[in-house]
Amino acid sequence: MNIIDVLIEQSPALIIAIPLLGAFLMPLVSRINSTLRNIFGLLVLCLTGFFVGILASDVLANGPRLYIFGAKDLAVPMVRILFEVDSMSIFMALITMVLAFIALIYSWSFMKDHDGLDKYYTLVLLLITSTFGMELTGDIFNFFVFLEISCIASCALIAFWISEGEALEAAFKYIVVSAIGALFVLFAIGMLYAQYNALNIATLANVLKYTFLDKIILVLLLVVLGMKAGLVPMHMWLPDSYGRAPPSVTLIIIGATLASFYGVLRVIFTLYGNVLSTTMRFSIPLNVLVGWILITLAIISIIVGVAMALVQSDFMRLIGFSAVTEVGYMFLAIGAGIAALGTPYATTALQGGILHLLNDALDIGLLFLVAGAVYYTTKKRSLDDTSGLARNMKYTTVFFVIGFLAVAGMPPLNGFASKFLIYESVYQLNPILSIVAILCSILMLAVFVKVFYAVFMGPELPAFKNVTEAPRSMLLAMGLVAALAIFIGLFPNLVIDALVKPAADALLNHAQYIGTVVGGI
Amino acid sequence: MFSLESGSGFWNPILWVLIFFIAFLLFYGIRGFGKSTYKKDTDQTKAFLSGNQEPSAEVMHVKASNLYWGFTTSMKTVYTELRKMHTGNASDYVLWFVIILACLFLIMGVM
Repeated sequence: MNIIDVLIEQSPALIIAIPLLGAFLMPLVSRINSTLRNIFGLLVLCLTGFFVGILASDVLANGPRLYIFGAKDLAVPMVRILFEVDSMSIFMALITMVLAFIALIYSWSFMKDHDGLDKYYTLVLLLITSTFGMELTGDIFNFFVFLEISCIASCALIAFWISEGEALEAAFKYIVVSAIGALFVLFAIGMLYAQYNALNIATLANVLKYTFLDKIILVLLLVVLGMKAGLVPMHMWLPDSYGRAPPSVTLIIIGATLASFYGVLRVIFTLYGNVLSTTMRFSIPLNVLVGWILITLAIISIIVGVAMALVQSDFMRLIGFSAVTEVGYMFLAIGAGIAALGTPYATTALQGGILHLLNDALDIGLLFLVAGAVYYTTKKRSLDDTSGLARNMKYTTVFFVIGFLAVAGMPPLNGFASKFLIYESVYQLNPILSIVAILCSILMLAVFVKVFYAVFMGPELPAFKNVTEAPRSMLLAMGLVAALAIFIGLFPNLVIDALVKPAADALLNHAQYIGTVVGGI
Repeated sequence: MFSLESGSGFWNPILWVLIFFIAFLLFYGIRGFGKSTYKKDTDQTKAFLSGNQEPSAEVMHVKASNLYWGFTTSMKTVYTELRKMHTGNASDYVLWFVIILACLFLIMGVM
């Protein structure tokens, strides 16, 4: 076994261990000086990125990889934690990695005048660690632990601008909602353990019989993770939190929110994968029922999100509501994929939904970075207080245009590629759903045309005559995301073939996920 | 390779960019036939308001809250309900969570 094989074998653990260790070393490094702190943060992420990269290449080439914390022999009944990394998990880890890099680069300038940056970077690295944990773990209790770490780190980061009372209020609401959700997840896990004496997702999926308790568990997990992903009407924490957290942090919280969405996928496709199409309720298969539940909530999310975004006057809160709409698109695609399981367009819907995960992270992330740049230079949040900034912030304006066109699904940007797959596949399930989704996408364009006019166009207000462009590191971060949005838009097939199709196949082929663990016993 | 297939249709971004570029060149060419009479920093560039003075930028500024007034007014009933739903009260957030939980329990046959 050569060194690369050893590194690949250890990479699932190292992806968690490196940022975790980095988080606890950060206060010490910060004591030396701020430049070293920035370099240290970048080094930690580079190293983590290296392991995510080699693990991704291995998983995409050779299939799921298992990492066992504890007794290696699976036949020995012992307490152990399994990390199981398949194409879907590694796709999520890659998104988290990209968001983390961008957020760190952006933070250098954006946060430089603030106090308590040792705590800030520690929490950022903890949040990144917990998001990776949720994505890579194969153990449902371990998923809960990382979910809790993510909640606590997110809450502290949302409240980072503690001098603003609203930040504290947003953080309080977030922790209330998250804590209640987490308790229900723990309750569901307890019921699973009581029934099957196992906590490993693959083992549970193999023995799950869809008993009365399993019905309760399914509902609890779906509703809690749906709430954490921002599904209407349980979305209200999202605009509050996204609107009040520092925009550099919002980018990483988006990653954590998407990890909850990943949790929904894992529960439906893997944990309940065996019983999904064989169980009946109201004389209809369970997959159709669950699919249509998700579709209904998704359509409500799309409509409510975009309608509320239209009347917002706070820039960041407006983007928060747009994020709710985008989550709706993802759930619409996944719901259609589940409802029509087995048909060719179900696979297309699933691929569209998974690609939209990446696109949503980039596009909504880019808009938050732009909103942050506007806040950094003007210290204004309200759209009513800004005007004519395009004269002095040319690059930021260009990045905003790219971001809003991408979010609205305008060709040839990345948002269009995924929405194209979603519209086409959902149309085959029910044309009305597709029409509603397209109309809301047009409304989304109207929302951001308003922002474009209010912030960047219009007369130049005397107060903003001397406004300068955002600092270089912020421009670099926005530029990188914009470049990715254009690249994915022009060459969607490259991403779909390399990452999205394997991820969709991994979800649909749950037997492989189960077999990687259960086959070993 | 560059064509994204959906099973019922296709999307080729490169082709779209190419067509867009050709259209741009065409319109740019047509624009070249026009006569340039624009003179920077003259009265020609000022708005004509029946001889009245142009108001200051602050006065002229149409604020974001005033945009889409017609749409939001015609949808007033919907927006009244939506605003009522978004109370900003943490206990209401939890209430919605419980409502959805109860609905799904009913649909899935738990209750």
